[in-house]
Amino acid sequence: MGELLELTALGAHRAMVAGEISAVEYRDAWVEAAAADDLNAYLWRNEDGAAGAIAVERPCIAPIAVKDIFCTESAPTTAASRILEGYRPPYTATAVRRLIEAGAPILGKTNMDEFAMGSSNENSAYGPVLNPWDRARVPGGSSGGSAAAVAGGLAPWAIGTDTGGSIRQPASLCGIVGLKPTYGAVSRYGMIAFASSLDQCGPLTRDVSDAALLLAILQGRDGCDSTSVGIPGGLRLPDREDLSGLRFGVPAELAQSTIDAGVREVFEATLKRIEELGGEIAEVSLPNAEHGISAYYVIAPAEASSNLARYDGVRYGMRAEVDGDLIEMYETTRSEGFGAEVKRRIMLGAYALSSGYYEAYYGQAQKVRTRIAEDFSAAFADVDFVVTPTSPSVAFGLGEKTADPLAMYLNDFFTVPMSLAGIPAISIPAGLAEPGSGGSRLPVGFQIAAPAFAEQRLLDAAYALEQSIGFDAKPGEGAGG
Amino acid sequence: MIEREQVLHVARLARLRLSEAEVERMAGELSGILEHVDRISELDLEDVKPTSHVIELENVLRPDEPRPSWPREVMLEQAPDPAEGAFRVPSPQAE
Repeated sequence: MGELLELTALGAHRAMVAGEISAVEYRDAWVEAAAADDLNAYLWRNEDGAAGAIAVERPCIAPIAVKDIFCTESAPTTAASRILEGYRPPYTATAVRRLIEAGAPILGKTNMDEFAMGSSNENSAYGPVLNPWDRARVPGGSSGGSAAAVAGGLAPWAIGTDTGGSIRQPASLCGIVGLKPTYGAVSRYGMIAFASSLDQCGPLTRDVSDAALLLAILQGRDGCDSTSVGIPGGLRLPDREDLSGLRFGVPAELAQSTIDAGVREVFEATLKRIEELGGEIAEVSLPNAEHGISAYYVIAPAEASSNLARYDGVRYGMRAEVDGDLIEMYETTRSEGFGAEVKRRIMLGAYALSSGYYEAYYGQAQKVRTRIAEDFSAAFADVDFVVTPTSPSVAFGLGEKTADPLAMYLNDFFTVPMSLAGIPAISIPAGLAEPGSGGSRLPVGFQIAAPAFAEQRLLDAAYALEQSIGFDAKPGEGAGG
Repeated sequence: MIEREQVLHVARLARLRLSEAEVERMAGELSGILEHVDRISELDLEDVKPTSHVIELENVLRPDEPRPSWPREVMLEQAPDPAEGAFRVPSPQAE
């Protein structure tokens, strides 16, 4: 069984197609591995691998862990919120349906920050997820359960969602690959909405080839989501071995950014490696990126305050017991059902949209968004990719940033600008570094961003770089080594 | 700086009932976040077009033909208090 679990999802797919391994044995090996979850990575597991409406008759693709933000017919879907406790949706999200149709069994639903609001997975109503590299640390968020499941050997691969970094940052903190596709590449139908102009589904995988395979299954136009367009030309597996002729832009603004010394060291070493592979490093300027966090923390909460208005205790989800009138029922249900961070963002969004403040906050943030997209366009006129560290630090301690919401938000500094511009970006593990406060070494992610719909070029470059880096450290053994 | 009264006003708009402790904490936290966010209100962006969506959106049309919608009983299955084929709610008018 151990050997089966060593296979990448692509390797397993090939072995299943060639008849070298039994698809059912392979699936069952993963169902068993997932059952050993001691990271609180899963909120629900598909224990016999065949739950009702989401059952797969003839598996031929690796089983997958699904972030609990995707609706799954007849299986619980909570977005890690009390307000959706016990909810079983009447339909399945398009992304999940595509996986099932391709032949991928659903292993379970993974823990996350409530409604995808958070960068540490500590905002789940069902307890935090632990980082498999160091259980006293966070896995990142909001797709923390998906990232920890893949890194901790509880799933061969997973899907998550990324609104401002929620795939890339946990991938970085857990030492795996995470890709946020171009906005519109993957359907959002059945994906519980947080910030609709930013939310995008994407892969969390062991390596770049698996990310390509998974995105190839997920992407495509969907009649149920008018903003979905798919990736023109589709995707093939990456096979590039060098980076000759490619230009990688490093934002000049990085020099002034607060980045842990160990992270900066790994980042610099990766730039050298790009040059060794024949790539060119150039300086680019993203002068408005520093306002990314401000714009994001207006736009995303504003959209969230509107999207979350639907949780009112009437049609689905929980309802608080009250003696009073309808308004009192709404207010009590929402106050008991939502956690502290969700309330904070609803309040922030409602404030930014309220009469007298709309132009100063929301209107201005939308203009900053334009400026940031223009910065990237200008950069891409000169370079093929823009690169940064994915996160300014390695995984931080549980509870370390919960007292200061702003400090938590600033953690998204390098991932938010790409989200605002709608462009694809991947995080690949580039090495290990000591936390700023000392201790055993932890994974560091390297972020590569590309122009809209240039996923193929992005995956090809990430693959070449990944092969050269040869990151093979694993939780429990790589640390300190 | 966000005052207590503003917190209560926004909470009413958002249909949230906050405890005394939450109101106080929220005032401080929102003030801290908005102080950071306020930097963008100082930028000169007069001639910049706002972006509400990053991709070119086209209208997606389909023939206007009647088709079955969700069966009522399926939609009511998840309701906290279904009654007589509908969603039952407390009276909108307090006694």
